[in-house]
Amino acid sequence: MKRLNKTFFAFLFALLPMMAIAQIDGEVIKPRTGKFLLQNATVVTITNGVLNNTSVLVEDGKIKEVGANISADGAEVIDCEGKFIYPGMIDGGTKLGLVEVSSVPETVDYAEIGNFSPNMQALTAVNPNSVAIPVTRVSGVTTVLTVPTGGLFPGTAALINLNGYTPDQMYAGFKAIVMNFPSSGRRGRFDRRSDDDIKKANEKALKEANDLWDNAKSYATLAANGAELEYYPEMAQMAKATTGELPLLIEVNKASDIQAAIKWVEGKDAKVIFSGVSEGWRVAEEIAKAGIPVVTGPIQSLPTRDSDRYDTPYANAGKMAKAGVKVAIRTDGQENVRNLPFFAAFAAAYGMGKEEAWKAVTINTAEIFGVADQYGSVEAGKVANLIIADGDPFETKTNILHVFIDGYRMPLSNRQIRLYQEFLDRSPGLKMN
Amino acid sequence: MKKVNYFLAALLGLSIQFASAQVKKGSVLIKNATVLTITEGTLDNSDVLVQDGIIKKVGKNLNAPSGVQTIDATGKYLMPGIIDAHSHLGLDVVNESTAPIVAEVRMKDVVNPYAVGIYRALAGGVTISHAMHGSANVIGGQNATLKHRWGSTDPADIIMQEAPRTIKFALGENPTRVHGRGNGIQPRTRMGVEAILRNGFNEAIQYKEAWTSYNAEASKKGSNALPPVHNERLQVLSDIIDGKIIIHCHSYRADEIYMLINVARDFGITKLVFQHTNEGFKVAPEIAEYTMGASVFADWWAYKFEVYYSTAYNAAILTENGAITSINSDDAELIRHLYHEAAKTQRYGGMTDEQALSMITINPAKQLGISDKVGSIEEGKQADLVIFEGHPLSSYAVPQMTFVDGVKYFDIKEDADDQRLKVSATDMVEPVMIYEGHNSRCMQDTEHLFETTNSLFHTNY
Repeated sequence: MKRLNKTFFAFLFALLPMMAIAQIDGEVIKPRTGKFLLQNATVVTITNGVLNNTSVLVEDGKIKEVGANISADGAEVIDCEGKFIYPGMIDGGTKLGLVEVSSVPETVDYAEIGNFSPNMQALTAVNPNSVAIPVTRVSGVTTVLTVPTGGLFPGTAALINLNGYTPDQMYAGFKAIVMNFPSSGRRGRFDRRSDDDIKKANEKALKEANDLWDNAKSYATLAANGAELEYYPEMAQMAKATTGELPLLIEVNKASDIQAAIKWVEGKDAKVIFSGVSEGWRVAEEIAKAGIPVVTGPIQSLPTRDSDRYDTPYANAGKMAKAGVKVAIRTDGQENVRNLPFFAAFAAAYGMGKEEAWKAVTINTAEIFGVADQYGSVEAGKVANLIIADGDPFETKTNILHVFIDGYRMPLSNRQIRLYQEFLDRSPGLKMN
Repeated sequence: MKKVNYFLAALLGLSIQFASAQVKKGSVLIKNATVLTITEGTLDNSDVLVQDGIIKKVGKNLNAPSGVQTIDATGKYLMPGIIDAHSHLGLDVVNESTAPIVAEVRMKDVVNPYAVGIYRALAGGVTISHAMHGSANVIGGQNATLKHRWGSTDPADIIMQEAPRTIKFALGENPTRVHGRGNGIQPRTRMGVEAILRNGFNEAIQYKEAWTSYNAEASKKGSNALPPVHNERLQVLSDIIDGKIIIHCHSYRADEIYMLINVARDFGITKLVFQHTNEGFKVAPEIAEYTMGASVFADWWAYKFEVYYSTAYNAAILTENGAITSINSDDAELIRHLYHEAAKTQRYGGMTDEQALSMITINPAKQLGISDKVGSIEEGKQADLVIFEGHPLSSYAVPQMTFVDGVKYFDIKEDADDQRLKVSATDMVEPVMIYEGHNSRCMQDTEHLFETTNSLFHTNY
C-alpha cells in the first residue's frame, strides 16, 4: 500500500509541469544574448563622430566591430535602415534599486543608521528585480550609479548595468565612497533650524569629517606597515579613500560649501568627484581650476535662491562645462531615472548644446568613473550597451526600438507597458455582456 | 435698516467692479507665428491681434491699429497660455487639517501675490493655476483659480474672479493618515471615507430642507418662524449638491474613484473632476461616462504605496477611453515645464500634438469651468498667450514670452536675475534651499502630526 501511494504521487508529481502549462496564458520575453548585426544605421558614436550607413556587430557581450561592410555569418540581423544607434545612457547618480516605494520604510534601503558607515555597500542592497529597473531601461538608460545617503559618510556607491539577476551580474566596475559634505544651507522647507544652529552644526560636522579622515589615514598607514589592527570595518573601508584606492564622491551644493570642499580636498591623496553641485555655476572657474569632475543634477529642479534667475538649474551644467569643468548629468532619481534623456535635453537647450549634453550622459560619466575603456561610446571592444531609436532619444516623440545591455537584447516591456496593454481597451468595458 | 443694507450691497458691488477695473489689460499684434490654436488646428505664418486683453482677430496679414505694439514671431510658435489644474503656488497655507470636512475655508483668503513661484510659472508659459486646498481632509476647502498677473500686489487682482467655485476632496492614504492614524477619529479606512462623504451630504440635505421649510413658513403673513442657525460648512455642501461648485478630488486608487462616482450619482452631483487619479486608467470607461475627467501627472509613481501600480500611459488610456484629461503639476518645480510633461504622453501612448497640447490648455479649462474664456486661441477669448522657440512639445523648447490678458509678464530677453517683488526685512541673508526632489504641498501644514516620518521621507502628495 505504502509503495503504491508513493508511485501514485510520483506519477502525479510528474504531471505537474503539464498541468501548470495548461493553466498559464501568455509568454514571457527574456533578455536574449547572441551574435547580432545591427545593419545600416546612422551611428552616433559620441567619440568618433556620426557615421552614416554603418553597421555594428555585437558578439559575446561586446561591440565586436563598427563599420560599413561587416559580414557576420550566423548573426541575427536587425535592419536599422533609417534608424540611429547610440551608446546606452549612464546616469551618474541615482537610488535605483535601493528603494521600491518611498513612503514605505520597509522598502527603503539607501539610508543606514549612523554618521560614519562607509562600509555600507549599495551593491548589496540593490534589488535586481525592482519594478523600476525595466521601467528605466526602455528609455535607453542602461547603466546607473546607485548611491547610498544619510550621514556624513553613508556608504559605498556602485555602478550597475540594468540587466542581470544578481548584484554581481549587474556590477559595472566602479565603486566610490560617498561623503555628504557638511552643508551650511537648508535641507528644504522642513528645515526650520535657526541660522546660528545651522552654522554650529556645520562646524561640528566639518570637525568630525577632519577627525575621521585623519584617523582613516593613520589606519591606512598602519595597515600598509603591517600593523595588527582591531576589526574596524568602517575605518578599513574609509582608508581606501585616503589612499585613492576608491574615489571619494562628495555631495556638495551650495557655492560656499563647494569652495570649502575644494579647500578641504587640497593636499589630500583622494580621487575626488563632486556630485549635486547645484550652485556650481557660481564658482565654475574655481571648480575647473581645481580639476575636479562633477556629476550634476537633477537638471529639472528649482533655483536654490528666490533671487536666482528662473533657469539657473537648467543652465548650470552648461555653464560649468563652458568654464572647463568635466560634467556628467544625473537624475538623482529612484523610480523616474527614465527622465535622464529629458534632463539632458533641458541642459542642451539652456546653453550646453546637444553634443556636450550627450557626452554628459555617456562618455564623460564613463571617464569620471574610470570605465571609459568599457562604456560611454560606440567603439569596437567596448561592452555592448546600445540603443536603437527612430530619432533623437532626448525627444519624447522618439521611439526607442531596441536596447542592448551587456550584449543582451532586452525585452522592451515592463509593468507600466503591460498595464497599458491590459487597460487601453478594457474587457469587460463599461458594461458586462 | 433694509435701506442701509441695500446701500451697503450697492457699495460692495461697486467696489468689486472697481477692483476688477484695476486689472491690467493689454493690446498687441503678434505676427507670422505658427499658431497652435488647439481647437481650430494649426495656422502657419499667422497673426493674432489682441485688443484690451481679448483676442480680436486671428488671420493673415493683420495690421496693428495705431498705438498697438507689433511683435514679430517669425519662426516661432504661439500657443494659448498653459493652465495648471492642480497647484499650490501663491498660497500662504494649504491645509486646514482639523476635521474630516472643512468645506467652509477658502483659499482665496490666503493668496500671496508675492510668491516668486508665480513668475517662474510664467517663465514656463503657465498663465492660470488652480490654487488648491491640501489633501488632509475628505472634504477640504474651496480652491481659487489664479491668473498670473505678476506684479499685482492685491490678492484680488490675481484671482480669476469670473471662474466658478471649486472645492477640494481627498480619498485614500492622506485623509486616513491625518484623521484615522493621526487623530484617532474616522476615517481610518476607505470605508470610513465613504461614510464621511455620505453623512456629510445627508446632513446638508437636512440643512437645506430646514431652510426650505423656514422660507416657506416665513413667507406666510404674520409668521413668527425662527430661522435655522447658519452653518457655512453645510451651506457649501448643499451648494455642491445644487451644482454650484465643481469637485476636484485627490484620488489614486481605482476602487476609491469608483466609490466617489457612486456617491456622486446617489446625490445627483455631476460636476466632478478627479485629481492625480493614478489608477484612473483602470476605471477609464466609468470616468469618461460620468465625470468631467481626470487631471493627472505625466509620470509620477511609486512615491507611496497607493501609486505603486501606476503607469505613465494613464493619460493616453484615459484619453482613448473618452475621458477629458489634463496634465497637472502639484509642484512648484514641475509647473515650470508642463509643456514637456504633456509631451511625455507622446512617448507613453502616442498622443497626437493636438491631444497632448489639449491636456495643458483646453482640457484643464473645461475642468475648471473656464473653457468659454480661455484654453484656446479663438476670437473673443481672453488673450493668455505664450511664444515658444521650438515646438512646445519638443524637449528643447524654450518659452520666450508669456502674456496674460494681452499684457506681457515674461520676456526671456528682458528677464532680470532677481524677480522678487519684495525682500523680507527679517532675513539678514537669503536662505539657500538645496533641492531634494519633488515635494508637493498637498500635505503642507500637517507636518506637526508626522514630525518623525517627515524628517526621513518627504512624501506628502
